[in-house]
Amino acid sequence: MTPNTQPPANLGDEPAAESWNLRLYVAGMTPAAHRALENIKKICEEHLANRYSIEVVDLLKNPQLAEGDQIFAVPTLVRQLPPPVRKIIGDLSATEKILVGLDIKPRK
Amino acid sequence: MNETCEPHDDRAVTITKAPTGIAGLDEITHGGLPAGRPTLVCGGPGCGKTILAMEFLVRGALEFGEPGLFVSFEESIDQLRLNFKALGFDLAELVGQKKLFITHVKLSRHEIVEAGEFTLDALFIRLEQAIQQVGAKRVALDTMETLFSCLSSSENLRSEIDRLFQWLKEKGVTSVITGERGTAALTRHGFEEYVSDCVLLLDHRISEQVSKRRLRVVKYRGSSHEMDEYPFLIGDTGFTVLPISSVHLDHVVGTDRVSTGVPDLDAMMGGQGYFRGSSILLSGGAGAGKSTMASAFAAATCERGEKCLFLAFEESAGQLVRNIRSVGIELQPWVDRGLLSIQARRPTLFGIEEHLMAIFRQTRQLEPKAVVIDPITNFLSIGAPREVKSLLTRVLDQLRGMGATVLLTSLTPNNGTVESSEAGMSSMMDTWIALNQKMNGNVRQCYLYVLKSRGMEHSREVRELDMSASGLSLRPCPATGSKNDQRREPSGSSGGER
Repeated sequence: MTPNTQPPANLGDEPAAESWNLRLYVAGMTPAAHRALENIKKICEEHLANRYSIEVVDLLKNPQLAEGDQIFAVPTLVRQLPPPVRKIIGDLSATEKILVGLDIKPRK
Repeated sequence: MNETCEPHDDRAVTITKAPTGIAGLDEITHGGLPAGRPTLVCGGPGCGKTILAMEFLVRGALEFGEPGLFVSFEESIDQLRLNFKALGFDLAELVGQKKLFITHVKLSRHEIVEAGEFTLDALFIRLEQAIQQVGAKRVALDTMETLFSCLSSSENLRSEIDRLFQWLKEKGVTSVITGERGTAALTRHGFEEYVSDCVLLLDHRISEQVSKRRLRVVKYRGSSHEMDEYPFLIGDTGFTVLPISSVHLDHVVGTDRVSTGVPDLDAMMGGQGYFRGSSILLSGGAGAGKSTMASAFAAATCERGEKCLFLAFEESAGQLVRNIRSVGIELQPWVDRGLLSIQARRPTLFGIEEHLMAIFRQTRQLEPKAVVIDPITNFLSIGAPREVKSLLTRVLDQLRGMGATVLLTSLTPNNGTVESSEAGMSSMMDTWIALNQKMNGNVRQCYLYVLKSRGMEHSREVRELDMSASGLSLRPCPATGSKNDQRREPSGSSGGER
């Protein structure tokens, strides 16, 4: 990478300081849940390094939390910040769909 | 709580049934829905699926002590509350009493993206929690097909829905799952594949500008059930299915008698008139005096201080009052005193179901001791004879249950026989009186005879009906004329009951 003194704000319209709050709903750490967590971590490291947080919610332990975010399938990734709320259902194996779904990449 | 239905064949299977409490539905399913199993209710938009599902829960909670869980995938809880208030169900109260739990699984299509394999375990967890909240024994899912609009990988979703139905069975809850009617299959996404125990099909069609609702039991594993399509209605008491078979023959039978309103006719019927709580059919051609006789009966009821409901399907209330005045019967004072309620309505204005609903509502409000329907034959313009019979059967059933005496009139077509005009009702009638007309020289004369009257001595004579300003009277016919009349009237001697 060429050294760049400019802050990353120039890379797009998004302000550099914008932090991403993601929440991953699972029902027990099933293989699919593990896959989903690994996949989203990888994507975040690649595109949102140092400005994201992922909270894992296990509905088997906290069943009452499913209602608030209107979760009906697992795994479900919820983008709580930045708004608007987005939900991605599945083991997050379709990287391209996630990038578009989370608005990391512009929608076509 | 649950009724056990004896199998009708050799199989040693006994299906336990969960009665719905919905009028008519338990009759055609021979006891209710399969207990502890899912039932699929499918139909097009606006056919009443949600109402059926909710009423199953509400009645389960109120009448059978089984709390319910309603899972809405479409309407919000507030919308449901509002909609069901109009049907007389106070959902908020039931929720407060922990007899009902309503949860809304809100699916916002625009905020959901699908990326990879998933399960519906989160939904299972939510259901499990909600079931525990109220100890639900009955569950309604309305309608899960909404899920298909959010999730594109239908194979994954279908196997999950299959798993959900299995899970509901394991929970032992009696569930109702609604589905949108598809073009090729019963449901758009083929739910019927997974719900094999019981399938009900609802239909809402418009025929000759009149709305008709029909219900059919498509299948019911391990149980007998009625096969036909049945009319149903959604009224201010909820869902009602109208099977003819639901006629209860257990109403109280009295020996009390009430006047026919025509002293001479009372005299022909043992001097006492009709049995209280019985049903009377008055048939005859146009102008034979049916409405007049019916009005005389109504007036006699009010004279005893009893309430009478007069359902006029041919004349307006004003016309009826004026016309009857010409034979010396005053109805207006009874109307003014609140004893007589004349409800005039054009049959073609509504479908059969709506008429039935209106009649039920009026009888509940007024609690009449006598009801007149003048004439029943006008219903034939809005429904097939079988449907009309079903309507009238239901009305009679209800009114007899209330102990009311019911008088129906029916118009005999110009060239028809008395029998052709009774809309298949004669077998349900306790008393059948025929009115005939005949030209005598250049005078038109009306004749009356009692075709049948169960359980009482009655005259078999044909009498001449005289309608004048001084009232109604029945004169014996001249000896020869009487004989001729009886010979000429095939209906008079055959007494054709069907």
